[in-house]
Amino acid sequence: MSTLLVLEQVLNGLQLGVMLFLLAAGLTLVFGIMDLINLAHGSLYMVGAFVAATVAQWTGSFMLGLLAALPAAALAGMAVEVVTLRHLYERSHLDQVLATFGLILFFNEMVRIVWGPRAIFMDVPQALSGTVEIVPGAPYPMYRLAIILTGIAIAAFLYVLITRTRVGMLIRAGASNREMIGALGVNVKLLYTLVFGLGAALAGLAGAMAGPIFAVEVGMGEGILILTFVVIVIGGIGSVRGALVGALLVGLVDTLGRAFLPTLLRLVADPATADGVGASLASMSIYILMAAVLIWRPRGLFPAYG
Amino acid sequence: MRRKIQFAFAVAAAAGLLPAPALADGIKIGMITTLSGGGSSLGIDIRDGFDLALKQGGGQLGGVQVELIVSDDGRKPETAKQIADRMVKSDKVDIMTGIVWSNLAMAVVPAVTRGGTFYISPNAGPSALAGKMCNENYFNVAWQNDNLHEAMGQHVADKGYNNVYIMAPNYPAGRDALAGFKRFYKGGIAGEVYTKLGQKDYAAEISALRAAKPDAVFFFLPGGMGINFLKQYAQAGLKESIPLFGPAFSFDETILKPVGDAALGVFNSSQWNADIENAANRAFVADFIAEYGRRPSLYASQGYDAARLIGSALAAVKGDMSDKSAFRLALTKAEFESVRGNFRFGANHHPIQDIYVRQVYRDENGELTNKIVGKVFSDHQDAYAKDCIM
Amino acid sequence: MVELPDIGRISRRQAVHLGALLFLLLMPPAALALDEPFYVSLGSRILIYGLAAASLDLILGFGGMVSFGHAAFFGAGGYVVGILFQHGFEGSDFLGLIPGSDAALIVWPAAMLVAGLLALAIGAVSLRTGGVYFIMITLAFAQMLYFFFVSLEAYGGDDGLSLYGRSRIPGLDLSGDATFYYICLALLLIFLGLGVRLTGSRFGMVVLGVRENERRMVALGFPTYRYKLACFSIAGAVAGLAGALIANQTEFVSPSLMHWTRSGEILVMVILGGMGTLLGPVFGAAAFLMLEEVLSTWTEHWMVVLGPVLIFVVLFARRGIYGWLVGREDEP
Repeated sequence: MSTLLVLEQVLNGLQLGVMLFLLAAGLTLVFGIMDLINLAHGSLYMVGAFVAATVAQWTGSFMLGLLAALPAAALAGMAVEVVTLRHLYERSHLDQVLATFGLILFFNEMVRIVWGPRAIFMDVPQALSGTVEIVPGAPYPMYRLAIILTGIAIAAFLYVLITRTRVGMLIRAGASNREMIGALGVNVKLLYTLVFGLGAALAGLAGAMAGPIFAVEVGMGEGILILTFVVIVIGGIGSVRGALVGALLVGLVDTLGRAFLPTLLRLVADPATADGVGASLASMSIYILMAAVLIWRPRGLFPAYG
Repeated sequence: MRRKIQFAFAVAAAAGLLPAPALADGIKIGMITTLSGGGSSLGIDIRDGFDLALKQGGGQLGGVQVELIVSDDGRKPETAKQIADRMVKSDKVDIMTGIVWSNLAMAVVPAVTRGGTFYISPNAGPSALAGKMCNENYFNVAWQNDNLHEAMGQHVADKGYNNVYIMAPNYPAGRDALAGFKRFYKGGIAGEVYTKLGQKDYAAEISALRAAKPDAVFFFLPGGMGINFLKQYAQAGLKESIPLFGPAFSFDETILKPVGDAALGVFNSSQWNADIENAANRAFVADFIAEYGRRPSLYASQGYDAARLIGSALAAVKGDMSDKSAFRLALTKAEFESVRGNFRFGANHHPIQDIYVRQVYRDENGELTNKIVGKVFSDHQDAYAKDCIM
Repeated sequence: MVELPDIGRISRRQAVHLGALLFLLLMPPAALALDEPFYVSLGSRILIYGLAAASLDLILGFGGMVSFGHAAFFGAGGYVVGILFQHGFEGSDFLGLIPGSDAALIVWPAAMLVAGLLALAIGAVSLRTGGVYFIMITLAFAQMLYFFFVSLEAYGGDDGLSLYGRSRIPGLDLSGDATFYYICLALLLIFLGLGVRLTGSRFGMVVLGVRENERRMVALGFPTYRYKLACFSIAGAVAGLAGALIANQTEFVSPSLMHWTRSGEILVMVILGGMGTLLGPVFGAAAFLMLEEVLSTWTEHWMVVLGPVLIFVVLFARRGIYGWLVGREDEP
């Protein structure tokens, strides 16, 4: 196993992590401020992907698809917030889990009614379809590089938004004491809807960016949703910084586990057993990581409050 | 208080009345298939293919009036089992069919066939049902699961590749796939990888694959997994340098559209294709497009053949299902014109058939589809028939 | 003045209990008389899921622990039956040590034991966390187990294990649907009886106290962690029994028994029926399974109806079917 291959796999892990961060950031923001678990976050990701793919197909432009996905997901998110989730803020987490579980079923079936049961097509934009050699001898898809850069840009944007702007101040204030900012005359309802819209737009962005590399199909949100939850739980729910660290950790552990566990096990077991056990362990690796982190730190790596 | 209790009874009673058995004459066929959730496009194709044969016969198969009861299993084994229970006990169906997935078939088929109901599989063909657990009432009209992988193994060997990287999900059908491939491909293996079921990102596997420098890649990743992998493989720039081979499951008409050019030119194995020349197939393809406005997939062809096989047996016994051994014998003969041409059953009630290599190309309308480029096997039979004692 | 409505209230509750019991007792002969034997097996399924949901209610409704991984214990119980059955059939030993068996009196308790021990292990780790972290870590453990069984080739992996019949009890033929139904009913009633006693006992009071105010219970000197863990393990063991029964009912086990959506469904049953009532979840299981049965025959897009129904129940029907049946003033 060469050093270059390890380097390349680390890059793959980072890229998966960044992808997860886009989803996790929105989820953790919503959680931190409204104290709401939203299982339907993955559905917004799916909506983003479907809208982006459809618009891209109509217009032939990936950028237009991406630009359409953001408001579409944000609007879908805000509509859901106003109609159902708003009534759940004061409820227990259990109620939230169940109601948003219902939302998943609804969204999946709606998408299937609108777009049909088959996966739909979305291509990499022409300008990003090539490869670049970051690690010598291993051409890396430019599109994936673009995802990494976008993720970094979003992380920076969120950092500035939360720490440097008035909206960010309100967000922080809302997270630590929501009655107080209400008493100070801030329109909390509106703030919540806007934050939810922001989270949804980020999910939509993630979906649109995922379209060209993953299958755009009904149910695409669930698998990745579970991963995202693992991310924010590891990072500490409500912390954007935690989401970033958690996402990169999960991306790396998952990718490196898949890449190297079978090979490592071959050192101690016969190849057939090693492949089988390695593959099983790799598919469980992130859950093991999460359990380990929670045993060590029951509130995640960067507990946001409380 | 009494009103509420009555209501509870009423709800229960209403549920009891719902699947109303009707129709005095004719026979009943129960179809359990996946119509909702992930993978529903396969079930929908099977149903539509079956339905097409029924429509062509004006609601009859083999001149016998047929009532088709369709239920959605949501790809859950337990739900499928429950539906099967209802169909056998409540609807009292004569024949069952429709299941897409091996794990659902394993849940449903053994008990159903042991109970004396006929089951015609339009898709799933797990090795157990072809071998040790075979049953006289079970017929598979599609293939034994390994068949298409075996064909690809033979094809890759024929083409002279001798350092192949092979890949499948870490579940029984995945391991069977690679075992089937290796049954006919005896050359070198550059790597054998089992991925997570339902995996989305294949970057790690693709990097490892490139590093292993194989001269060809064989993969079995059905459904969304295949779409993910094909897109990512092409984006990594490997499609031109290392040729891909796989079974038809990653290249059927439900998948080619979302994959796009990433699948163009790839070779895959199938027992059926739209361009197989025979009258039955021409009628099937034309009628299917006319009826549903889309191209049929191999799943649709299997659903269609399942219906026509049942039709042939019903015609032979003139709709009289009371003599089960006569009906069984008629099924065994498989006297129908299969859309794939040559078709007969082996002793284990699994097909003995030809398997082809297809290539993905863009047709005159700019749509991606397959064309046959060669035949790998003639009269191919599965490897488990010898384990089957009926 | 105070006593009278009390009597009214109790009799209403008793009427519901009596009605339900009569219905459950008389259902099989009625279904058979109507030549609808299918409803006997649907009934068994309802009872089994009722048992699983009631066991979840023990930790959810009484203990206030929101477990999103209850299906793990359900599935584990099922696999104990499946694996031992397979070894019994082949005449081989599990791990070369434990002989296979299809005797219900051995296998079912074994399923409870294994699921209970699993719950003890998972609970020991998970209960260190709280709130959302608890929801997610139980989900994570269930997912781990799910992927473990998916890749467990020796026992069918994702294809699952087919049983060649049901477990055996001397003198009873479990393959008869009505017999099996009554066995399930008896086990459910035993559990409900024990559950009611448990929640009314000192143990139950402590667990309730922890739900209401854990800090105070700690201050009062109760080892709350141990109480919660005990409660969690008992619930796991009972879910294991339900799993053992479902393996018998369907004569099949597969990893899908422990998929996270299954955990979600069991949660839904509890909420639908009424949380913290033990009996409510049985109503919830009945409602959920019948809804599924009816909607899925009605349209292939049935999820589009089920989703909003779920949201509606959570938003507006907080007390569940049971709470609604026994009346408003009957707040526990």
